[in-house]
Amino acid sequence: MRAALVTEYRKLVTTRLWWILLLAMVLYMAFLSAVLGWSISQDGGVSGTSGTGSDVPLAPDAVVRAVYTIAVTFGYVFPLVIGALAVAAEFRHQTITPTLLAEPRRTVVLSAKLVAGAAIGLVYGVVGTLSAVGAGAVVLTALGKPTFLDDASTWRTIALSALALTLWAVVGVGFGSVLTNQVAVIVVVLAFTQFIEPVLRFVLSLTDWGAGIAAYLPGAAGEAISGGSFYSETGVGTLLEPWQGVLVMLAYGVGLAAIGRVTTFRRDIT
Amino acid sequence: MTSDGTILVEHLSKSFGTVRAVDDLSFQVTPGRVTGFLGPNGAGKTTTLRMLLGLVRPTSGAATIGGRTYGQITRPLKTVGAALEASSFHPGRTARDHLRLFAPQVGVPDARADEVIDLVGLSDARDRRVGVFSLGMRQRLALATTLLGDPRVLLLDEPANGLDPEGIRWLRGFLRALAGEGRTILVSSHVLSEVEQTVDDVVIIARGRLAHASSLAELAGMAAPRVRVVSPDPDGLAALVERSGWRRTDAGDPRVAQLLDVTAATVGAAAFAAGVELHELAAQDPGLEGLFLKLVGSTEAGPVEPGSVPPGSVEVSA
Repeated sequence: MRAALVTEYRKLVTTRLWWILLLAMVLYMAFLSAVLGWSISQDGGVSGTSGTGSDVPLAPDAVVRAVYTIAVTFGYVFPLVIGALAVAAEFRHQTITPTLLAEPRRTVVLSAKLVAGAAIGLVYGVVGTLSAVGAGAVVLTALGKPTFLDDASTWRTIALSALALTLWAVVGVGFGSVLTNQVAVIVVVLAFTQFIEPVLRFVLSLTDWGAGIAAYLPGAAGEAISGGSFYSETGVGTLLEPWQGVLVMLAYGVGLAAIGRVTTFRRDIT
Repeated sequence: MTSDGTILVEHLSKSFGTVRAVDDLSFQVTPGRVTGFLGPNGAGKTTTLRMLLGLVRPTSGAATIGGRTYGQITRPLKTVGAALEASSFHPGRTARDHLRLFAPQVGVPDARADEVIDLVGLSDARDRRVGVFSLGMRQRLALATTLLGDPRVLLLDEPANGLDPEGIRWLRGFLRALAGEGRTILVSSHVLSEVEQTVDDVVIIARGRLAHASSLAELAGMAAPRVRVVSPDPDGLAALVERSGWRRTDAGDPRVAQLLDVTAATVGAAAFAAGVELHELAAQDPGLEGLFLKLVGSTEAGPVEPGSVPPGSVEVSA
């Protein structure tokens, strides 16, 4: 298993994809965080609905939480894609053949991919989150707002954000083991994360029972881990507890991988 | 014969849907020899190799290496080196990185990657991305991958594809040397002439079935020369053939005869003496290739149907 892990890790870092995606994530997160930090700090900007109905600006710590966890809300597509392509690329380039020649035990191969996916996901989580925190803190400082960076709970939120993104890569590996067509992976990931889930969450949150379901959607579960998000701070839906979010995300990742194990990884490799 | 490198295929069959890609195939491959695994494209060579390697599950029968299935071998790359397609590389990875991927699983230090790169003559390309490699370079890299674990069994699917004549000569010497060290070497090809000078034994399959298995020398003995005779007088020709005791093979056009184990001069003299008019008299040496084509075409009536092989298991040939 250890050898399979080293192999899977090396597969991830010996092509250019990982750092190109990571660079894109860093730039995108910094941009979003700066824009969001600026816009929701403005009086009369985006407001919460948690008050008495009158528009009140978000509390400063809520602003910070929404800005610093922007990577969990809008950036999870990056670890998701790197995880999914860790499997799909093997089928695209037929490298699954040498992979299974080196390790015929297919469960070992898939498990190694999940763990290696978590490792690269942690890199994405830490770097992506710090990018959002850095850009957000700079903007908040420039606006004369508190950054809360001397607050332990802020750093706990930051760490949980990295954890959420790590788990997104694990979900990606599971997803890629079910859907092995590289193009289909990209299309489905983009459609689901950028359109289907946001719409579902908005629609479901209109009713009580719907809101309960929406909390278990992967995007919401990921945000639950970091304990708050742009959506929840602005009143779109409610979130699970962080530990519940971790379990839901793990269930998605391992559940999808289990499906992949009995479908993709059971078939003849021709 | 449990721990040596003998490859044993016993009553192996594989169906893809209604198509029988491999049909009750049995043969043995002996260590210390280069064995050619021959058959036309779509004959089931790659499917057989993939079953031997645990990538495709047999419908029935068994395929073992040294008495064990591939999945039963611990650290299989240390025992078996297999190259199935020259395309199983990520184009964005360098040759050295590709080899280093598998070093931990083979259980060799990373430096082994450089050793095998040098062995196959890719030293100048080690840090280039595989995407820019020619087919011949990919073949060499595939071969290098099989050598990482210094295995006693090598399975190479169409390794000469894409190699230039010099590369083919190099490969020939290389495989001979490896067999000389007592290794088991199975080389597939759809052209006998490509491996004729390399192999000791041949296993020939067609439409998933065994067509012939023997030493190459034995096969060569079967490739006897023959004489083709055309006469406007079929009755006279038939009488002459019978009188002379020649073996006649064809049964189509009565004016045409294919005669075995006889020279054109003998036939010509006898026909002249018997007063049988000949319009054609030609010595034919079908050679090994001719015999090979006959073997793969005659195991069953009718040509190979197009689409008789499922997508994905088609052997790609350049």
